[in-house]
Amino acid sequence: MCLAVPMRIQEIRPDGMGIGELAGTRHEVDLSLVKAPGVGDYVIVHAGYAIEKLDENEAGERLALFKELADSWQVHSP
Amino acid sequence: MKYVDSFRDPAIAAPLCDRLKTRGAALAARGGRARIMEVCGSHTMAVGRHGIRQLLPENVTLISGPGCPVCVTAPGYIDAAIALARRGVTIATFGDMLHVPGSEGTLGECRSGGASVEVCYSPRSARDLALARPDREVVFLAIGFETTIAPVVSLVDLALREHIGNLSLLTAFKLVPPALRAVLDDPEIQVDAFLCPAHVSAIIGPRTYEPFARDFRKPCVIAGFEPLDILFGLCAILDQMVEGRASVENLYERVVHEDGNPIARALMDRYLRPVAARWRGLGQLPDSGLMLRDEFVRYDAEKRFDVPVGPGRESPGCLCGEVIKGKRSPLECPLFAQRCTPTDPVGPCMVSSEGTCSAYYKYERRMRA
Ligand code: SF4
Repeated sequence: MCLAVPMRIQEIRPDGMGIGELAGTRHEVDLSLVKAPGVGDYVIVHAGYAIEKLDENEAGERLALFKELADSWQVHSP
Repeated sequence: MKYVDSFRDPAIAAPLCDRLKTRGAALAARGGRARIMEVCGSHTMAVGRHGIRQLLPENVTLISGPGCPVCVTAPGYIDAAIALARRGVTIATFGDMLHVPGSEGTLGECRSGGASVEVCYSPRSARDLALARPDREVVFLAIGFETTIAPVVSLVDLALREHIGNLSLLTAFKLVPPALRAVLDDPEIQVDAFLCPAHVSAIIGPRTYEPFARDFRKPCVIAGFEPLDILFGLCAILDQMVEGRASVENLYERVVHEDGNPIARALMDRYLRPVAARWRGLGQLPDSGLMLRDEFVRYDAEKRFDVPVGPGRESPGCLCGEVIKGKRSPLECPLFAQRCTPTDPVGPCMVSSEGTCSAYYKYERRMRA
């Protein structure tokens, strides 16, 4: 029941509900728990609610850091 | 999606596994071992799915914690839900709850007997049910950890705004930090570090774990659910242990922010207050749950229908209580994969897909041999 998945917001309706896209399918998403949601944002959706945004910049930075660490370990590991 | 797939890159995973081995060896050289509790059931599933347990050095063990809300639900709660269903109330619930054994039976059996039990993917469906059938009382089974609490309690917010009078919650909300404290307080459970839950942390924020690092000297690392997240999270824990440090590290900044999700927490604060909660396995823990504030008592099904939730009786022979605490592995349960399977579960840890027993059934059964 704890499943939470990233979706991209495609549409925001006047009542604050949104349409999120996941692997080509559209899902109704309640956006009331996230700050200033915008079309194009990624959100983590759990039980039909966006519980937080997924920050693409942070994701990119974290990935770059992971790559850098992995590279350094590859070189230095015995 | 790019930011999901990239966190599964096997080219990065390979040097990581070497790194885990060298850090494990460094720890062993100091005479140490690491017992790391993955608190959250979704981590347990991911660890199983990606075979991460098998990649670990011998002195590094991952033990599954109390982080599956279905599994920690006490049997007495199911008994109360069944009693309500028998009284002609419509029960709306997440699907997993249908198969959790109460003292006598399950809600699923109760439904086969004619009771009205509706499965909802989102709590909003319970509001739709209540609107569609104004002649019926609808009770939502309000279980879950911090991640789920705000979505569920927003039902009360909706009911108030839309003047829905036939909707209420049977609450058994649970909080993760008091469970971690209970784990640390138990001298029989030896945990050296926590791999902290990803989406619970998105709500409560990393600072909540600080007492565990500061006072208990346990490294706490927040990681996402993708394989690279988990492997790097384990490396970060071993780094801390090798260097003799204990701090809170957030490796899931793409979702978890410094102060968590204040909107969700404000909603929780408005409607809920702390209460002692009964956990399967851990027993009654003070301030480890949330219940509706007195002002909203008419949305509290336990009071509204006067169905007190008692302790109930756990399934005989089931070790879920021990499994939840990380004291025993499912592989040590004589019923595991014998009398107890996902299609015919004896205990709740085999019911929920995030339950430790069902994760082991799906991914790690062969280890038994
Ligand atoms: S295998 Fe089944 S009976 Fe054994 S602890 Fe797990 S859920 Fe309980």
